[in-house]
Amino acid sequence: MFDAVLVANRGEIACRIIRTCHELGIRSIAVYSEADEQALHVQLADEAILLGPAPAAESYLAADRIIEAARVANAEAVHPGYGFLSENATFARAVEAAGLAWVGPTPESMLAMADKITARNLMQDAGVPVAPGSREPVNDVQHAQQLAQQIGYPVMVKAAAGGGGIGMSIVHGPDGLAAALQTAQSRAERFFGSPAIFLEKYISRARHIEVQVLGLGDGQVAVLGERDCSVQRRHQKVVEESSATCLTEPERAILLEAGRSAASTVNYRGAGTVEFLFDLESRALHFLEMNTRLQVEHPVTELVTGIDIVAEQLRIAAGQAPSFPIEAPPAPRGHAIEFRVYAEDPQRFLPGPGTITQWDQPQGDGIRVDAGYRQGDVVTPHYDPLMAKLCAWAPDRDGAIGKLAAAAAAFTIVGPKVNLPLAGEILNDQAFITADHDTGLIDRLRAPAAR
Amino acid sequence: MAEEIRAEMVANVWKVVAKEGDTVEEGTELVILESMKMEIPVIAEGNGTIVTIAVAEGDVVQEGDLIAEIA
Repeated sequence: MFDAVLVANRGEIACRIIRTCHELGIRSIAVYSEADEQALHVQLADEAILLGPAPAAESYLAADRIIEAARVANAEAVHPGYGFLSENATFARAVEAAGLAWVGPTPESMLAMADKITARNLMQDAGVPVAPGSREPVNDVQHAQQLAQQIGYPVMVKAAAGGGGIGMSIVHGPDGLAAALQTAQSRAERFFGSPAIFLEKYISRARHIEVQVLGLGDGQVAVLGERDCSVQRRHQKVVEESSATCLTEPERAILLEAGRSAASTVNYRGAGTVEFLFDLESRALHFLEMNTRLQVEHPVTELVTGIDIVAEQLRIAAGQAPSFPIEAPPAPRGHAIEFRVYAEDPQRFLPGPGTITQWDQPQGDGIRVDAGYRQGDVVTPHYDPLMAKLCAWAPDRDGAIGKLAAAAAAFTIVGPKVNLPLAGEILNDQAFITADHDTGLIDRLRAPAAR
Repeated sequence: MAEEIRAEMVANVWKVVAKEGDTVEEGTELVILESMKMEIPVIAEGNGTIVTIAVAEGDVVQEGDLIAEIA
């Protein structure tokens, strides 16, 4: 195992990775920006190195400075967490070229999955189910009209290099296509540096279900169950749970096999997530994308399997075998639900940075809090609004819902805006309770209040 | 009567879309703020002419800071 690992991230995920480093006896090296000098991850790490000013481009995205920090601190590996440089194949290559281990997949697997069109085609050719869509980027409006006709309205316009729902829109007929195309292209150019766009069939009533995998890099892949992440705002997840109770056993078997096959096709190494849309009308499964990194919501899988996914990532990166037999991972037990605690108002979901004057987090049997902040910290406008992840485990789903609702009600954060009241609303929603909801749940909750 | 448009949160000014003297109507985009990896368009809440644009691209605004005045 490594002696020292540099954690190239901040907030809750840096804290989470550092915790496992401590447990494995690995020296942890944090990096930080000037805005994060007093941050929790800096305090928790054995060592911390300043990268630069607050803007991410000059700190957490500054690849050269991070590699230099790893060299100075004698790190043997770099764990990228999620976001920032975690899915940047050029950075992964630079890390390896500097003689460091990359805690993630090979740059080749990352590239195969980075472009959504390439990934869709690769998966389709490997027999993984994908939604009807374009096999090549859309050139112009005429081309788009033609493709949309073939696919059938409504269609989704998506950025090939995209993620996080940015640049995505639904088009119901030929009239809206030109405008949607233009918006998507300009946003894709700005956020991802590539204007490539593709079309995909829009599925009106769907669940977002994903498969957690752990690959050995040689085609062998362990499947650690699924997560249902259907509760979203602005195409970003708010609540995630495992297992996905809307699936029948045969449907679950098809899903898990599709996830295994997707990861195996690219000889996936380490932890990754294969995302699918499950059409509630046809009950068909459609590959969406593969996230080639640790996922925000990995704790729900850890709670039902007992596996420390970060520890397994580090073992695989160090060339060791996982702690369990690859073909027979621990069977999931009970039910876990996570709520993402964001610094944003629970009505319109607008961000609200601020100084945390009070932070009282719940604790108890079956409650897990992954926090990136504590009392006295400042939530700045520079980074994403995730302050903490609140998770609950119970023997069954109803129990987990009750426990999470109570924990959310007991969680007090004063200072920044906080979305905690939304947890209570979702967990008390009849459709959520009976697991009959779809990805439109939050939109529906907010619809009557819309101006 | 001048309408003052103020920032709802701490944010960076990403783009100034409109300029002083422009005629605007309800819903016209004036400025785009960025906070916590999210774009937040600031729009006119009524019809009129822009008297002042109080921010420039790259500025940091605090909650309550003046962004624009419309008369």
